[in-house]
Amino acid sequence: MARDITLGQYIPGHSLIHRMDPRVKIALTFVFIIFIFVASNFEGLLIMVALMFAILLLSGVPLKQYFKSLKAILFIVLFTGVLNLFYGSGHVIWQWRFMQVTDGGICNALFVSIRIVSLILYSSVLTFTTSPTDLTDALERIMKPLKALHVKVHEIAMMMTIALRFVPTLLEETDKIMNAQKARGADLESGGVTQRIHAMIPILIPLFVSSFRRAYDLAMAMECRCYHGGEGRTKMKQLHMTNLDSAAIACTAVFCAAVIFCAAKFPAALHELR
Amino acid sequence: MFVIETKNLTYTYGAGTPFEKTAVDNVSIGVKKGEFLGIIGHTGSGKSTFIQTLNGLLRPTKGTVLLNGKDIWEEPKKIRSVRFQVGMVFQYPEHQLFEETVLKDICFGPGNMGLDKQEVEKRARLAAQFAGLPEELLDKSPFELSGGQKRRAAIAGVIAMDPDVLILDEPTAGLDPQGRDRLLEQISDYRKKRGNTILLVSHSMEDIARFADRVLVMNAGKAVMLDTTANVFSHGRELESMGLRVPQVTGILLTLQEKGYPVHPVLTVDEAVKELRPLLKKGDAHRGA
Repeated sequence: MARDITLGQYIPGHSLIHRMDPRVKIALTFVFIIFIFVASNFEGLLIMVALMFAILLLSGVPLKQYFKSLKAILFIVLFTGVLNLFYGSGHVIWQWRFMQVTDGGICNALFVSIRIVSLILYSSVLTFTTSPTDLTDALERIMKPLKALHVKVHEIAMMMTIALRFVPTLLEETDKIMNAQKARGADLESGGVTQRIHAMIPILIPLFVSSFRRAYDLAMAMECRCYHGGEGRTKMKQLHMTNLDSAAIACTAVFCAAVIFCAAKFPAALHELR
Repeated sequence: MFVIETKNLTYTYGAGTPFEKTAVDNVSIGVKKGEFLGIIGHTGSGKSTFIQTLNGLLRPTKGTVLLNGKDIWEEPKKIRSVRFQVGMVFQYPEHQLFEETVLKDICFGPGNMGLDKQEVEKRARLAAQFAGLPEELLDKSPFELSGGQKRRAAIAGVIAMDPDVLILDEPTAGLDPQGRDRLLEQISDYRKKRGNTILLVSHSMEDIARFADRVLVMNAGKAVMLDTTANVFSHGRELESMGLRVPQVTGILLTLQEKGYPVHPVLTVDEAVKELRPLLKKGDAHRGA
């Protein structure tokens, strides 16, 4: 049961997007997210959506996967969409007591929904095409300047890597302990909420104990290999920027310039409440 | 009459997905009441999956498991009662301990059966005795015990349910040689006193040879042999081809037999001594002449 849960969302592949430097991917994802908000009108947003579709297709990840990731936030999109319907100026189309829907409101709802959906899709591209270890590696490199502020960047990255590494191990362990307690007649399926929480105790305590045991073992194994933190430590997997990354950055720059141009040239799409 | 019987038992992991893997393939066997059955097989041969279908932790993809002649999945809601009758001790069972005291932990199984408190405690104390756990340890926290004691406490937790069938998955893994012998002897004693059926999964051919009445050999999900211990271990070459072996003494005697010496491939050192004595005497006579 627990084994069916996949860790992260990484879908292995060899597309152009997969092969990019993870640092560049993270940086560009941030740029995209910022420019989704810089785009203040439909013209600008259209450019961002077009770029997004191009990237989705380039990533080689089945579009079905992207739709799946949207399903999780469907509620949020609908909620903000509906809320925005009632906040707008312009011609009143429908009215009931104090609530009214205007053409501006419809416009707002559409605009905000597209923004949220693109936000999710852009970040999905990052998590779908970058393995968790690559992500932490890149984050470590990107956060390196924070060292000046005495942020323990290497340690944080190491903790993230270890946490990711042990998720499947702990899931397997949970499975084993659940089976052992079920074999002793533990009833995990029936009963009310309090009963079920109570039934989790025989599983959580052994899991806790074994996590600590593993932590001790791992710490010992790291000591044995003379691990002493990030000072002077070299990387086995060096991150390199290639022409591919330069091309991606150039493309992004062009599109962003276009968005800024649209923002300056055309009126904003969001209609404020009167 | 078999206490546990499987008919065309098949279990497939991830059925209907690209990762489909048949771990147990069409196994039909019967275990007699009161029998000590050894189960051997290479890592990944499907032993663990097989024993987990026997107490209803896994539901067979195809085929049936009969307990005292009744299909255990006849009423899926009552599967818990099957687990009380077929006790299962997993590998490294000490990892399942969780209660404040050893006694409370041993009480967890029988407590789930809905017995009254006195009966539960009576059973728990008896089970601790069977598992060779000294009385004074019962009020300690299970996390204060030594590795071997923890193992015994965990085994007692299963014995306390007084199951008709006790399945043990490598109960001696990681124990020292003495602890190993003592634990197995205690389990064997327990069987003699209660008349239970025991299924023992082990990688130690010596242990199997010493205690098992019959042996089930599994290979690639199939039950390839089910015979008396002596008969199974007379197929030395076949076992080797499956990544298994015969007990060391038996191996020596099999080799001698192949070279034309008149010996039987017996299973224990004591028996081997009896087999080899006459041969040595003959050798002495030759040298003397």
